[in-house]
Amino acid sequence: MNVFDSLGIALTALRANTLRSILTTLGIIIGVASVIVMVAVGTGARSEVDRQIASLGSNMLVVFPGSTRVGGRAGGAGTRLPLSERDMQALRESIPGVVAVSGLLQGSGPVIYGNANWTTSLMGIHDQFNEVRDWQVVEGREFTANEVKTAARVALVGKTVVDKIFNGGDPIGATIRVLNVPFQVVGVLDSKGQNSFGRDQDDVVMLPMSAARGRIVGRSRLVNDNVGNIHVKFDASTDLSEAQEQIETLLRQRRKIKAGAEDDFNVRNLSEFMRARTSALTTMGWLLAATSAISLIVGGIGIMNIMLVSVTERTREIGLRMAVGGRRRDILMQFLVEAVALCLLGGLIGVSIGVATAAGVALSAQWPIVIAPNAIMMALGAAALTGVVFGFFPARRAAHLNPIDALRTE
Amino acid sequence: MDPTTQIDRLESAARHDAKPLIEARGVAKIYTVGEQTVRALDGVSLSIHLGEFVAIMGPSGSGKSTMMNLIGALDVPTTGAMVLDGRDVATLDSDALANLRNRTIGFVFQQFNLLPRTTALRQVMLPLLYAHPRPPDAEAMARHRLEQVGLKDRMDHVPSQLSGGQQQRVAIARALVNNPKLLLADEPTGALDSKTSEEIMALFCTLNTEGITVVVVTHEPDVAEYAKRRVLFRDGHVVEDVSQAGYMGRAAE
Ligand SMILES: Nc1ncnc2c1ncn2[C@@H]1O[C@H](COP(=O)(O)OP(=O)(O)OP(=O)(O)O)[C@@H](O)[C@H]1O
Ligand SMILES: [Mg+2]
Repeated sequence: MNVFDSLGIALTALRANTLRSILTTLGIIIGVASVIVMVAVGTGARSEVDRQIASLGSNMLVVFPGSTRVGGRAGGAGTRLPLSERDMQALRESIPGVVAVSGLLQGSGPVIYGNANWTTSLMGIHDQFNEVRDWQVVEGREFTANEVKTAARVALVGKTVVDKIFNGGDPIGATIRVLNVPFQVVGVLDSKGQNSFGRDQDDVVMLPMSAARGRIVGRSRLVNDNVGNIHVKFDASTDLSEAQEQIETLLRQRRKIKAGAEDDFNVRNLSEFMRARTSALTTMGWLLAATSAISLIVGGIGIMNIMLVSVTERTREIGLRMAVGGRRRDILMQFLVEAVALCLLGGLIGVSIGVATAAGVALSAQWPIVIAPNAIMMALGAAALTGVVFGFFPARRAAHLNPIDALRTE
Repeated sequence: MDPTTQIDRLESAARHDAKPLIEARGVAKIYTVGEQTVRALDGVSLSIHLGEFVAIMGPSGSGKSTMMNLIGALDVPTTGAMVLDGRDVATLDSDALANLRNRTIGFVFQQFNLLPRTTALRQVMLPLLYAHPRPPDAEAMARHRLEQVGLKDRMDHVPSQLSGGQQQRVAIARALVNNPKLLLADEPTGALDSKTSEEIMALFCTLNTEGITVVVVTHEPDVAEYAKRRVLFRDGHVVEDVSQAGYMGRAAE
């Protein structure tokens, strides 16, 4: 008797009790499905976070005005001392490793082209912004330093804005009205998709800092050379935490903060911040892993139970098989194969449910759908192993029946 | 060859064969149920040679089935020696016993013991699936035996689609498929009507003429008439062991 014979017998036996077989494998189904979902969600989320980190730009620190308490948000926005062009200049001159620096003012407002009217987010930037944020212009050109200096009325537009107001026409050279002021479009920005809060990053119009200042940020907050926050890009060899300390020291001096007093600004490594968020995902992953492990164990006990029932029900059959020459190992193999087949059946159902769920999650979170084949193999392997572990005891019991006692069973 | 001369040849061969196919020496089987001990077999010595046709008779509870199970290597004696085909079963491990049952012995039960939801053909192939090495032409062998027992047209029927007599014939085909030396049948006709019983016994006679040793347990004197030797059990002892004409048909003709 080989494995294929045993498999044939197992499938016949399982088919005789189809509903019972499927119900029995419920634990396995859940266990396997959660393994698949766990791996798919984990991988999808991680690749999404990686994409977002990349979309922030690499080797970058951002300086925000205003203080933070531990874990808190920037407070006291109205009273805080803004960051200025001179701060930017100081950073550029005295911090080693700086490649590019840009301020960033953010607001929102209507953009009009022809009859089309669209409210979008507005950004005031310096000419090096595209470099700092690794945010390329795919058509046209970036701002020049001179345009920023002279408050030229030029604009860069995101893909979404192009779609919304240009209706297929060529945006380069077109004149749009931003907050009722005409600006000439000089470039179209590369598409960045959603950010980590689900906002469409392509729904944007960028203006030179000098032209934007006082328009996109309320006048009351306008302080002559306010730059919002400052993005600083370093070369690849720079140690960012060291650079962070240097920036803090420099700004404390410039802002005359007394020793012991709290900073009224803060410097953040956004990539680090994003990575910290992934650790929450990791925790969720472990929870799911624990769920699947528990489901597999519970499922395994269900399998063991049903296999014991099966052995009892089929005692005469076992006796007959022994009477015609079945050896203990043949009987053991038969029931072990049956338990594994049962678990694999549950495993396959679990894989389909898991893949469907993972696809659903990925769709709604707009992640890439990542179904790793080795996750499926791993899940099926775990199911099969469950079958071996929990099927062994019933199979052994069957194999050690005395042929004559087995035959005599009612 | 004339069947009668073949039988005579086998019989004389059996008488002069120094080694019997089955040899029980002072075999006892003792069961303990609670406080009570039951001596199902109490010192039975019995030799059966190749080619014999033996009927075992006796009142209920006299130990017939117990003896058959020992002969069939399904069970081992409490004391005494059971030698099957030259091997003492006490020296055999469970694999060797399984092998012995597979190659040397074909067992037919009163309750047929067919597998549910399994076609006649696959029932008959079963012993071949457990054979080492497995015969390459297992299916052809099974078909041949089913034809022999007259079930040419019932190969793909499952037990629930067969009559009692047909089921028993499937069981006989299964017992024969591995060309055993010994066919054991414990009340094979117990669940069948008399006409079907006659057909089954006629089949056993044919098999015996082909050289297969047959041992049948029965309560019915008519059935025992087919055999050429009759062994009577009572209270775990052999109380009578006689040769007779046998084959009923041959005697009647
Ligand atoms: N497993 C067992 N446990 C205890 N006692 C048993 C067992 N098997 C058989 N016996 C006893 O052994 C004795 C002989 O039983 P056995 O089945 O051999 O009788 P039998 O001659 O085949 O009877 P029948 O003609 O009714 O089939 C009986 O008294 C029976 O109760
Ligand atoms: Mg009996």
